Amino acid sequence: MKVRVKFFAILRERVGAGEITKEIENGSTVAELWKALQQDYPKLNVPGIRLLYAVNQDYVSLDHALKEQDEIVFIPPVSGGS
Amino acid sequence: MFRVTHKAIDLQELVDHVTDPEAGAIATFIGTTRNNNEGRKVIGLDYEAYPEMAEKELARIGEEACKKWPLCKMAIVHRLGPVQITEASVIIAVSSAHRDAAFAACRFAIEEIKKTVPIWKKELYEGGEVWIGTQTGQPLPGR
Repeated sequence: MKVRVKFFAILRERVGAGEITKEIENGSTVAELWKALQQDYPKLNVPGIRLLYAVNQDYVSLDHALKEQDEIVFIPPVSGGS
Repeated sequence: MFRVTHKAIDLQELVDHVTDPEAGAIATFIGTTRNNNEGRKVIGLDYEAYPEMAEKELARIGEEACKKWPLCKMAIVHRLGPVQITEASVIIAVSSAHRDAAFAACRFAIEEIKKTVPIWKKELYEGGEVWIGTQTGQPLPGR
């Protein structure tokens, strides 16, 4: 199945793209997708980074099972405010 | 009113939005860009967001605040793109019957924004640039 992955901030810069489509096995979890992406884009391995995970604009945990056409974002440390 | 914008934020627009005949207090918070951070001379900031989710999260902070305090209305607008020193990067306005709730909700909102809203700040300083953030946040309960 295909899912859409968006990258922001430091991860966008490291991947060199804001959005990609990725083919993964049916029922893959967020964790499995992250592992696969790290192989495609070794620069995604930012030492010590702590990520949050969002699917279709809601926070989820790493074991969340993905569906066709889901929009996944790996959220690097947020720093809104001033 | 919960949104992100590439334009300068208009404080009066937020105040007008939360103005309410039942309110005896309006509290506002303006987060501004300062010229120094951790010993670095800051030239400016550049904000990036996952806009659809950022607005959803800002609205969720508003809902959460309304559960905690008897509020009338809340508005949060966060700036995106380059923000010059002294300019506002975020403005919060809250109205309530009494001032305690308005102050408390305003404080709650800025603390939550820093934890869970997908907005990122790149600091441009003399000699380089760096993405700021240490991910202290956990999503609000019930998610």
